[in-house]
Amino acid sequence: MNVLAYLIPVSLILGGIGLAAFVFTVKSRQYEDPEGAAQRILSDDYDDHPKP
Amino acid sequence: MTVAMRPAASACPACSAAPAAEALADAAQPSDVNIVLSLPSIHCAACISGVEGLLGATDGVRGARVNLTLKRAQIDAAPGTTAQDLIKVLENAGFEAHELDSTALRATETDKAGRDLLMRLAVAGFAAMNVMLLSVAVWSGAEGPTRDMFHWISAAIALPTIAFSAQPFFKHAWTALRAGRLNMDVPISLAILLALGTSLWETSLSGEHAYFDAAITLTFFLLAGRYLDHRTRAAARSAAEELAALEVPRVSRVTDTSDGAAEEQVPASELAIGDLIRVRPGGRMPVDGDIVDGQSELDRSLLTGETRPIYAGPGATVSAGEVNLTGPLTIRASAVGRDTSLHRMADLVAVAESGRSRYTSLADKAAKLYAPGVHILSALAFAGWFVYTLDLRTALNIAAAVLIITCPCALGLAVPAVTTAASGRLFRKGLLIKESTALERMAQVDTVVFDKTGTLTAGAPQVVNLNDHARRELGIALALADGSSHPLSQSLARAIRTAGIAPAKLGNITELPGHGTQATWQGQTVQLGRASWVGGGQSPDTCAWLRVGDTVAEPFRFADQIRDGAEALVTRLQENGYDVILMSGDTTQAVEAFATRLGIAKWIAEALPEDKAAKVADLTYQGHRVLMVGDGLNDTAALAGAHASISPATALDAARVASDVVLLGQSLDPISDALDTSRTAIRRIRQNFRIATWYNIIAVPLAVAGLCSPLIAALAMSTSSITVSLNALRLK
Repeated sequence: MNVLAYLIPVSLILGGIGLAAFVFTVKSRQYEDPEGAAQRILSDDYDDHPKP
Repeated sequence: MTVAMRPAASACPACSAAPAAEALADAAQPSDVNIVLSLPSIHCAACISGVEGLLGATDGVRGARVNLTLKRAQIDAAPGTTAQDLIKVLENAGFEAHELDSTALRATETDKAGRDLLMRLAVAGFAAMNVMLLSVAVWSGAEGPTRDMFHWISAAIALPTIAFSAQPFFKHAWTALRAGRLNMDVPISLAILLALGTSLWETSLSGEHAYFDAAITLTFFLLAGRYLDHRTRAAARSAAEELAALEVPRVSRVTDTSDGAAEEQVPASELAIGDLIRVRPGGRMPVDGDIVDGQSELDRSLLTGETRPIYAGPGATVSAGEVNLTGPLTIRASAVGRDTSLHRMADLVAVAESGRSRYTSLADKAAKLYAPGVHILSALAFAGWFVYTLDLRTALNIAAAVLIITCPCALGLAVPAVTTAASGRLFRKGLLIKESTALERMAQVDTVVFDKTGTLTAGAPQVVNLNDHARRELGIALALADGSSHPLSQSLARAIRTAGIAPAKLGNITELPGHGTQATWQGQTVQLGRASWVGGGQSPDTCAWLRVGDTVAEPFRFADQIRDGAEALVTRLQENGYDVILMSGDTTQAVEAFATRLGIAKWIAEALPEDKAAKVADLTYQGHRVLMVGDGLNDTAALAGAHASISPATALDAARVASDVVLLGQSLDPISDALDTSRTAIRRIRQNFRIATWYNIIAVPLAVAGLCSPLIAALAMSTSSITVSLNALRLK
């Protein structure tokens, strides 16, 4: 049962990283233009500024 | 927000220099302009890079970003750059563009509530997965200290999660309780808190059952419902705001300075009584007033439903909302802002609207039955078990189980899941649902009342007797019509050109605003214009008269073109058993002819705004449910008073505000789709309620009997929520 001492924190931390990443994407408004984001991957222009 | 996006210290010197330079520029010129353009025709990756590339290469533009979902471009530009310049650049390249009033859009830009809900939803989802993982271990047989440890870890995850994620429910429940009411959020909050409380107690006593997973999944599903609801409403709101923002409220005010009259652009809200305002052809009157200078014709169809333009010269009175057709006019404002006739109409609307706000939605009706029922049931279970066993712990556990089982997960999803699916489907067909209960009300409609001008007709007159004229005359008429921006002239020119006739060669073409166009042709004077000016006779139709030299003037007769899909719509509605009525402010002759053409038996002509509202109220009183379709100011009160209402996107702002649904495209076809979809949607909502009830009927006796384990609670809750969502998806 000692394995639980590792596994439970590991699963929580991994999930927590996912949550933190999601919170970051929401805060930086990455869900404002879902259709545009889907289309932009087809464009050749390099695009590193999210929004002026 | 911008702070997060700009790299703080970048390895690449150019990257860190660019924001710094931007910041410098911002500081030096604080009056950078922010322009928002609507781009209705963009749809692909090539459009995005095309628009951004074009705008980026334009002088003065510092940055441009296209949002494809909203079909908008945000532009940061140097002071002095105007939207007109950018629109010209885009239209030359084939992109349709319109300026949007950026102040009117502010509210949608910062959708704080939506992001807040999404965040809470994400936290609840994260916690639900982890706690469920631990709970599965307990259900599959973890015993003794292991089980206790799992319960404690679950508690450690659940408590902060609930404290954060369930806040919206707690807040709403608290406001309802303080006002002495019961709403859906009261049993929800009670169930969540009771589940947490008893689970903590059980865990501290090394008990077998803990409902941490139930409390969190409950929060997760309910938040999902709330978020869907919010998204639908936010999408409708942003589209509605965009329609309003398309009319940029700027007017040109004439000021007397020492060196003559000057014009300045000011917001309409800054006008005062007595101000002189210049209204160019094609512009809409911003205020009520009197004409001081200039001659023109006015299109009053949005106010009265009359199709025929009215002559206007100095001394004539104009009302806000009328459209100036031919010559520039200078008017002196006699009423501004809230005092204009446009706004006085709003009082009529307010009276009519109070009737509609009494409508209670299906969800509210369900909540009214549900909230007290659940509380009584759970209290009875608690009292019964307490009397039977005299054990507070058992009784409280069972009361909590009853609340969790009956908790309205499925009920909370039943309505928003369906309305989201239905509004999405209708939006793709070009209908914008503005009110959340509009679908329910449309499903009950049995009578459809149409306005004529601008609703069933396209509002653009078409010449009907082109064949009565000789080719030579048509050539002259074309050349004359080309010299004017009057809608009749433009329509005539288009029709003649389509017939394949070349313009005649004319000399000194001059337009007399309000009268017509005049020129010389082979030494003779030729005129195209109003009957009184050209010397034509009387005619019941809208006419433009052509006179060549000293011959008798010949009329070009115009009829309003029927809007796309109008005939099909009327036929289909009548086939489906709807009562169709035509109501118009136009003349009896015009309305009768039009009604016969469309096959509408019931029609009312020369109706004043009050008459229309009274007729709708009368029909409602007789027990009919009326759907009003109209676009003008004269329809506004009727739109607000009807059970449900639709207006086209070309309608006046006031009419759009008063209606539940806005028709975005040109065709009227989607209206019958809207009625069909609303009926299906209501069927689905009722089905969903039934599904949710069946789950309760099966699970509640188990809970009351004390046989409900956390596993059964989790299963019942998840399956009912998922079935309800899937049922809603069938609408797509």
